[in-house]
Amino acid sequence: MNKAKILVIDDEVQLRKLLDITLQSSDYNVLLAADGREGIVIAANNRPDLILLDLGLPDQNGQSVLKKLREWYTNPIIILSAQSNEEEIVMALDNGANDYLVKPYRTGELMARIRSLLRRGSTDDLNPVITSGAIVIDLASRLVSNNGVPVKLTVTEYALLILFARNEGRVLTHQYLLKEVWGNSYISQSQYLRVFIAQLRKKIESDPNRPKIIVTESGIGYRFVAS
Amino acid sequence: MLSLLVSKMSIARQIAYSMLIVLFVSLLSFAVNSYVGYHVVAFIYLIAVSLVAVLFDIVPVLITALVSALAWNFFFIAPYYTLYVSSPEDAIFLMTYFLIAITGATLTYRIRRVERRARDREGRNNTIKLYNTLLNSLSHELRTPIAAVMGASEILQTNKTLSKTAQNELITEIAKAAVRLNRQVENLLNMSRLESGFIQPRADWCDINELLHAVVMSVEENGIAQIINVAVAPDFPLVKIDKGIMEQVLYNLVGNATQYTPANSIIDVIATISDNALSLIVQDNGHGFPQDEIDKVFDKFYRLRHEQTGGTGLGLSIVKGFVRAMGGTITLQNRDNGGALFTISIMVEVSYIKNFRNE
Repeated sequence: MNKAKILVIDDEVQLRKLLDITLQSSDYNVLLAADGREGIVIAANNRPDLILLDLGLPDQNGQSVLKKLREWYTNPIIILSAQSNEEEIVMALDNGANDYLVKPYRTGELMARIRSLLRRGSTDDLNPVITSGAIVIDLASRLVSNNGVPVKLTVTEYALLILFARNEGRVLTHQYLLKEVWGNSYISQSQYLRVFIAQLRKKIESDPNRPKIIVTESGIGYRFVAS
Repeated sequence: MLSLLVSKMSIARQIAYSMLIVLFVSLLSFAVNSYVGYHVVAFIYLIAVSLVAVLFDIVPVLITALVSALAWNFFFIAPYYTLYVSSPEDAIFLMTYFLIAITGATLTYRIRRVERRARDREGRNNTIKLYNTLLNSLSHELRTPIAAVMGASEILQTNKTLSKTAQNELITEIAKAAVRLNRQVENLLNMSRLESGFIQPRADWCDINELLHAVVMSVEENGIAQIINVAVAPDFPLVKIDKGIMEQVLYNLVGNATQYTPANSIIDVIATISDNALSLIVQDNGHGFPQDEIDKVFDKFYRLRHEQTGGTGLGLSIVKGFVRAMGGTITLQNRDNGGALFTISIMVEVSYIKNFRNE
């Protein structure tokens, strides 16, 4: 199998170096860019399998680099941000980022996110059976089971769970979930989302208070974690 | 107090008020002129000038001195209703009046200026004191981990004969130092966000049960020796708060409790609601706070007198700042059988839509 190519766009030379070493030691091919313009050129010429994009670039706003990339680039993009500003992160996710990490992040966490996104990207067709812990979701037969026991879900709960499962590993923003499951007019009705997430967790999580399948990304949204 | 109030007025406004005073004194003098004679009237005018000198800036005061001299001349010195002074005696009186008015006014103004400078200096000294406290605790809290990183990495670079164990220990020290630095930087960033008024809470619907468990889980990730219990009624409504800020507040409070209570202590995180009043309680069964220091613990840079664990004294003041930014209050008391009890009270919007069984 070919090594996956990862492009790092970050103006800090120290962090580029660190990521270079870390990624190479995990057997990825690494491309480095110091600003947005260079990043876009390298991405266009080399078609990396994944891009790590720092939002605070010297030459142009990270959000606009993201938008320019997304005009043609379809592989995963992970945002690295020095600010834990929720609005900034939600905006990046809306602009097409697949995931985000706030500096300082743990290397182990970054590698897990990269693996998860690359795994998803490597299969063209969606896996019809998704598992997370004891939960098995069979998309083809529309059946959900917990430890082999069928789980009864309402229509909305099922729609929500399927949306999560199809976007495994990816952060889905509150607005996105509301729009997709309830429709455009519900975009500000976040109380529905809170209630259904709680209900869903009661049915699929072994400890609904310590969710492991539908994980909260505070102030931003939720993430479905498959195993 | 009054002069503070008045000094905020524009100069034009001060002049207008001064002229009103002169007008009022002129009317009063008309009424009493026939009883006391026009020399006494000059003294009444002087009182007015002194009053203006105490209240207003130098320009309105000088104008008042001049206008009152003219008014005295115009209305009360013969020939009346002219600025002409016929007797040399009256001319001397008028000159003297003007001199006394100006001198008095200027002296009063100077005294006030000296007073204001003293006040400014005192304020500046307080700021410097606060700043020094900050510098002392910060330079300690920041330099210690930096020293650890520099020291450890230098040994790792230069001493190639270190045992694997020693190497690992040094690397662990670097990692610990980074965590500590990160916490302090986080504190400083939060402090400056609060100071600059940059924090604007955005309230959204929040599942309190989820929030409390999330906080407890992230505190537990640090590896703790205490037991943390969460108590939320199963039918607890959704409430509208800024979840991100509240999460930090609770994380700090629970984290503090784990830092300052002995192993196996019990920490409770409790949520209650009555109508729209949300109460979040973080309590422990540790030693509590010294009774005479309870009022001060939320002050910026305040550290308990007998505490050895260091810290910048920013944590609880940030907590208080955050709670206030959300429009709530926070109180601390010692529990009857020992231990600290923090209560956050905040008025919230509430939603009881909880179950959609058939959707």
